[in-house]
Formats: sequence, C-alpha cells, structure tokens
Amino acid sequence: MKAYWYCLSGIFFREWLRFWQQRTRLLSALVRPLLWLIVFAAGFRAALGIAIIAPYDTYITYETYIVPGLACMILLFNGMQSSLSMVYDREMGSMRILLTSPQPRSFLLICKLMASASISIIQVYIFLAITWFYGVQPPLLGLLVALPALLMVALMLGAIGLLLSNGIRQLENFAGVMNFVIFPLFFLSSALYPLWKMQEASLWLYWICALNPFSYGVELVRYALYLQFNPLALIVCATTTVVCLSAAVLTFSPKRSALRRAPGK
Amino acid sequence: MNALEVRDVSFSYGARQVLHGLNFTCPKGRLTALLGPNAAGKSTLISLLTCLYPIQQGQIKVSGHDLNRAPRSALRELGVVFQQSTLDLDLTVEQNLRYHAALHGFSPSDAKGRVNDELARQQLSDRRHDKVRLLNGGHRRRVEIARALLHNPRLLLLDEASVGLDPASRQALQAHLRSLCAERDIAVLSTTHLLDEIAPEDHVLILNQGALVANGSIEAIQAQYQQQSLALIFQQLTKKEPK
Repeated sequence: MKAYWYCLSGIFFREWLRFWQQRTRLLSALVRPLLWLIVFAAGFRAALGIAIIAPYDTYITYETYIVPGLACMILLFNGMQSSLSMVYDREMGSMRILLTSPQPRSFLLICKLMASASISIIQVYIFLAITWFYGVQPPLLGLLVALPALLMVALMLGAIGLLLSNGIRQLENFAGVMNFVIFPLFFLSSALYPLWKMQEASLWLYWICALNPFSYGVELVRYALYLQFNPLALIVCATTTVVCLSAAVLTFSPKRSALRRAPGK
Repeated sequence: MNALEVRDVSFSYGARQVLHGLNFTCPKGRLTALLGPNAAGKSTLISLLTCLYPIQQGQIKVSGHDLNRAPRSALRELGVVFQQSTLDLDLTVEQNLRYHAALHGFSPSDAKGRVNDELARQQLSDRRHDKVRLLNGGHRRRVEIARALLHNPRLLLLDEASVGLDPASRQALQAHLRSLCAERDIAVLSTTHLLDEIAPEDHVLILNQGALVANGSIEAIQAQYQQQSLALIFQQLTKKEPK
C-alpha cells in the first residue's frame, strides 16, 4: 500500500516541480480568463441583465456571474491540454518511463490525471484571488467549499481529454480538438450566460447546453462558491468522470497510433 | 536462470508482420548485442519487452516472470534506456532519479540512498543538482543508465543508446556496460547497428527483416559462416534480396 502512496506523491511532486519550473505557463493560463472578465464582461455588462437566479440571493453583476465559468475555463483548457499532451509523451517522452513502472497502469493514469488536476486548481485559486481584488467576492468559506467541486470538474475534464487522446494520432490534432471540443463545450454551457437566457434565444441550443456535462461542472462550482449544493450537477459530473475514465483506461494503449500504422508508412 | 527468455515471438502491425518467431535468451553477467539494419524490428522488440506493445504471439520471460501473466513482476526486474532521451530536461539529475524511484514505490529515504549510490557509481555525484538540460549527451546517457539501475534490475535494455554520442563517449559507454555485467552480474541487451561496439566476449543476435538470422558467441558465428570478419557476416546475412 505504501508503494502506491510513494508513487502517487512522486507523480504529484514531479508535476508541481515542472509547474514551478515553467512559471510562464501560469501567466498564459491566467491571461485568457482575465481578458474575458475585464474586457468581455465589461462590454456585455450593460447588454446582459441577470435576474435573481440560484445560487445568488440578489441581483449580481455580469462579472460575478461569469467568474465560476471562467474558473472552469481554466480547468477545461488545462485538463484537455495535459491529457492530449500524453499523445506526444507516450510516443517519445516521459510517459514511456511512467508506463514502465511496475504499478498498475490504471493507477498510474489516475495519478497523472489527479496531479494535472491539482496544478489546474492552483491556477484557479490564483485567478479567484485576482478576481477578489477586482471586486467579485464570494463568501470566504465558499472558496474552501469549492475545492472538492473544482477537483471533481478537473477530473471530469481530464478524463474526457484522456478518452479523446486515445483516438488522436498526433498532437497536431489539438487545433481540431480546440475547435470541435473545447470551444463547443465552453460556449454551449452556462459559463457565459444562464441557460434560461439561451432558452429565450433558441430552444435547441438550450437543450444542447442542458446536455453538456461542462454546464453541470460550472454549476457545481458556482453553487459551491456560494455555499450551496447542487446534487444533479454532482451526479452528472461524477457519472461522466467514471464513464470517461473507465473507457479511457480500458482503451488506453501506450503506442496506439503506432499500432494503427505499419512503420515506414 | 536466464535474465531474458524469448520464445516464438511474432508481431504484426495490422497485416504487416514485422517479427517472425523469435527465439533467444540473454545470459546473466554478459552483454548481448542485438544487431540489425534499420527497420529490422529492433525497436518493436524493445517495445514488446517493455510492455509498450502487447504480446500477440509467443512468450517473453524476464528473470522467470512471464510478461503476459505477471507484467508487474517482470517490470520490476527490468531497467530501460530508450533510444530517445526520456529525461525531464527542466528537472535536476537528482529530481529525475527520485521520480523514477517513486514510480517503483521506494520511500523517500530508500530513494535517497539508492540515488546517492548510483550517482557515485556513475561518477555523477557532483552533477546531482544540475538541470539535465545543462549536461552533454554522454552525461545524459549515464544519468539514464543510473536511473535504469536504481531498482537493481536483473536485465538492462538499451535501445541504440550510443546514437548521437561522440566516439570517446561511445567507447566509455561500452566499457561501462561491460563493467556492469561483470560487477553486478546483470544481463545487458543492447541494440545497435554499429559493429565496432561489439566486444569478443559478447553474445550476438542478428535480426534481419524481423527474423533472427544469427544467435551465439562471435566465435560460434564465425565458425558457422567460416568467415573471420563479423562485418562481412553481417553484410551477407542482412543483404537485401533483389525484388
């Protein structure tokens, strides 16, 4: 049992070290949501009126509304990017060393996902600290209560990314994933606008948003930040995580792309 | 018991068969050189031995542990140096080694002792706090060998480990591998296509188009083909058939 613990802590430690060594990654991860908050939200504040909706008990500014969605945006981009980078890593890089470890492969993959999730969560808290000074101030206790919700969402997105990476041949396909997975997941969710607004605009778009697991991730974090619990969001996130992670582990092959093509072709 | 036993191993990429019924063993305390031209199937074999590819046909045993039935026990007995470096360039030598120790489930104190011992053996103790990015090719290879030996494996696999090294570093690497065989009684399986890396005491395997065409000591192979030059034997055995 101890061997598993040492292995898990070793993988976490390495991810944190790498994160510390590549601090510029933090900057680029924060620029995107901060631009949305400071530029996009400022422009849309007047255009979009937000009614009183759960979990808020009063009228809120648009900036307040989108902060949980932007926090999840960090998890979405990081989760997908780190899972998809395994496509490259398992062909030539450090994943090969990870996979020649004597620990069970499923355990190693879950450790890697959790370690990547922990890095994303550190970035989210730095983002939330900046937004606090910008004026979006959820209850202090909410920041603590949101931690398990953020972990759940980070794992869900990492699992979706890992499952996708099993079907991708090259890292160059990341641009395709960006256009066909990340952007639709983000824009067709409750991250930027409440679903009732979407329902007013288009019923079929509303249904796509309502079926998008990322919407439930955003709501889970939003409710937790304001000290409320959204059981439906938790059930959807947990189920999506278990299903995607199981499918990803079962279909994982260290050199999948090489097995699909004969060498020299 | 041999450190490695390969029995009737075949492998295909889809419809294209790249390994044909391989049979060989690697004895302890000796370097086995796996020779072959490009696309002979050497890297595919290494991927099978390291569990990166599934075994489609045949049986592979590392120190008696079947790779299919007990992969975890087999991987415990295996140290690997891949052709392309798998070191983390932004981490220090010590951090790379301690990460590997953690993957094998060693406690931090146990890992510290092993890292100290291995760095001392590889004469790298003074570089432990250097980032790998700052090391030259020869030193990086030595760090990879130190890492591969941290868990005391019975079999060390090297996939064209001397590629990209200057002649002096290559020579030093070969001498180092043979001293490992003698001092620690481990088996080394080293793939290469450079004949000058072979020493008279080595066990030699020649792989051509996925088939093992020679298997034995240099003396035995020379006697079999009645030819003194291993280079000529290699040339003869790996000559491409006119289409």
